[in-house]
Amino acid sequence: MTMQTAGQNLPDVRGHFGPYGGRYVAETLMPALLELEEAYLEVRTAESFQKEFRDLLEEYAGRPTPLFHARRLSEACGGARIYLKREDLTHTGAHKINNTLGQVLLARYMGKRKVIAETGAGQHGVATATAAALFGMECKVFMGTEDVRRQAPNVRRMELLGAQVVPVASGTGTLKDAMNEAMRYWVGAVRDTFYVIGSVAGPHPYPQMVRDFQRVIGDEARRQILEREGRLPDALVACVGGGSNAMGLFFPFLDDPVDLIGVEAAGEGVPTGKHAATLGAGSVGVLHGSKSYVLQDENGQIREAHSISAGLDYPGVGPEHAWLKESGRAAYVSVTDREALEAFRRLSLLEGIIPALESAHAVAHAMVEAARRDGHQILIVNLSGRGDKDLGIVFRE
Amino acid sequence: MSRLGQVFKELRQRGEGALVGFVTAGDPNPETSLALIRSMCEAGLDVLELGVPFSDPTADGPVIQRSSARALGQGMTLEKVFGLCREIRRFSRVPVVIFSYYNPILAVGPDAFYEKAVDAGADGVLVVDLPPEESPEMLDAWKGRDLDLIRLVAPTTPTPRMEAITREASGFVYLVSMTGVTGSAGLDLSEVEATAVRLKQVTSLPVCVGFGISKPEHVEAVCGVADGAVVGSAFERLIEENLETKTLPDLIGSYTQQLKAATRKTLLGAQGNPAGHAAGVTSG
Repeated sequence: MTMQTAGQNLPDVRGHFGPYGGRYVAETLMPALLELEEAYLEVRTAESFQKEFRDLLEEYAGRPTPLFHARRLSEACGGARIYLKREDLTHTGAHKINNTLGQVLLARYMGKRKVIAETGAGQHGVATATAAALFGMECKVFMGTEDVRRQAPNVRRMELLGAQVVPVASGTGTLKDAMNEAMRYWVGAVRDTFYVIGSVAGPHPYPQMVRDFQRVIGDEARRQILEREGRLPDALVACVGGGSNAMGLFFPFLDDPVDLIGVEAAGEGVPTGKHAATLGAGSVGVLHGSKSYVLQDENGQIREAHSISAGLDYPGVGPEHAWLKESGRAAYVSVTDREALEAFRRLSLLEGIIPALESAHAVAHAMVEAARRDGHQILIVNLSGRGDKDLGIVFRE
Repeated sequence: MSRLGQVFKELRQRGEGALVGFVTAGDPNPETSLALIRSMCEAGLDVLELGVPFSDPTADGPVIQRSSARALGQGMTLEKVFGLCREIRRFSRVPVVIFSYYNPILAVGPDAFYEKAVDAGADGVLVVDLPPEESPEMLDAWKGRDLDLIRLVAPTTPTPRMEAITREASGFVYLVSMTGVTGSAGLDLSEVEATAVRLKQVTSLPVCVGFGISKPEHVEAVCGVADGAVVGSAFERLIEENLETKTLPDLIGSYTQQLKAATRKTLLGAQGNPAGHAAGVTSG
């Protein structure tokens, strides 16, 4: 057997990234996934679809987003120059809109008039509701009751956008349970409903498709840094829950000599067991339709994840990240709730940018990473979303 | 011939449909679970599907989700499911199909799972979220397997795919009656019949229909178009409604008897009127 290396050639035709990925779903969904894959492969190379997608990203979502040199933050760290990829400036305030515009366009192409989505922090739910409103589609968003409580403003947003928010009380009432419930609903409505998955997780072709819709982040950043600095960055830093903003930034750089660093949520600290560091402290398993790392006990029961950030509070991770870790192409570290909150405040004070708590995890590690590197080095941090939605949580802490 | 093959052969000779009953192993607790299974066997159950509880059962409706949570709350593990299977073997020869999501199997490893299942006296396995595309990693470890591999076929499955699925199946084929999770309402017999007819064209294996079957009338109707009926959520609902009832094993037993009686009616009645079922029965 030849050893696969991580690169832009994956996944294989059956949706595998090395041993990860695939399609682990009940038979009722298999034909729908095969149909989705076929449709996706058609539009992937169809110029008319890609042009419509690019136009929407530009005229509706506000792309390209700036690459901002965070001078005061860099100075405070005393090392490498830190650039922020400002996904927080997109329409709806997070990178999620890139993917939902792509998937809702695909839903329309497939003739589906109803979309469903799961959401954790509510950013993906808002982005799906937004795209659905734009195309006049019916939209249902499944959201854990715990997240409905801690991300109330996003619930109101989704409702304003015409979506129906379905609270999910089962399990821990968080993202994992919302995804369980969305999959259950989809099994029953599979003939006329498109499931818009929000991360590079789920069964094939979702990890590939979501990555492809998000790679615009990395494509822009690569072009922008070459224009500004005349060279590639030394490292990329992005937070990883399911891992879509990280995959979007990393992918165009996979074949370049650039360090890739994913930052998971350490919650109250990995040794306490209350964390969401799936790659750092989990093991190989199957959850939500793909094989990857998961947080689980020795009997294969999925464990609860913990993070102050609802968007990172997930016991799974996208299969391509599992492969990037195993192949050594990317490194994964973790940042505690407390460190993320500190970075949230520092970035607000030093640069006048209030980051989402998810993105604050990436900022926290970038500060450590920058200090380790000298002033000639360049870091790009994915500032995946804005922090307005988190003010309630931050001021309660 | 495997124990499952034998059972279906005998049923066919007697002109009966199979009653396949699903319960979550260890629900509501390991002792009661065993007593319930014993009642079901004594009442004439033909095949037992023994559910391995899982934390994230995405193909199951609320009733089986809760039963799974109760069993996990009682400390149920795959190892203990095999223990229960061994206990069942002390009093019954009923074929036992281990019904599981893939992750608990992956946690022990496909090799160890296979050995333990055979050793515990199980006859088959159905892995709900392992389609043929992902199966080699499990089946490669099962050279010369003695365990029947039960496969799911859904109304959404195109006929060529049915053919591919059933080619590597054995024991029986589980036909999902509807697009939905377990315990859903709205059994549509005309749809079931249409799918069963397509399925019968590509396989000679017995076909058992599940999802949304909760009443003797459903069992009777389904046995008119297939070889058996699978009842799961309805058993679990009865358990859930009678958690404090001392006579729960008797209730389960008499319910099993009613369902089993319905598998006998059909084929006798159907001889004069092959299509003599009422279409459009809805489940409660």
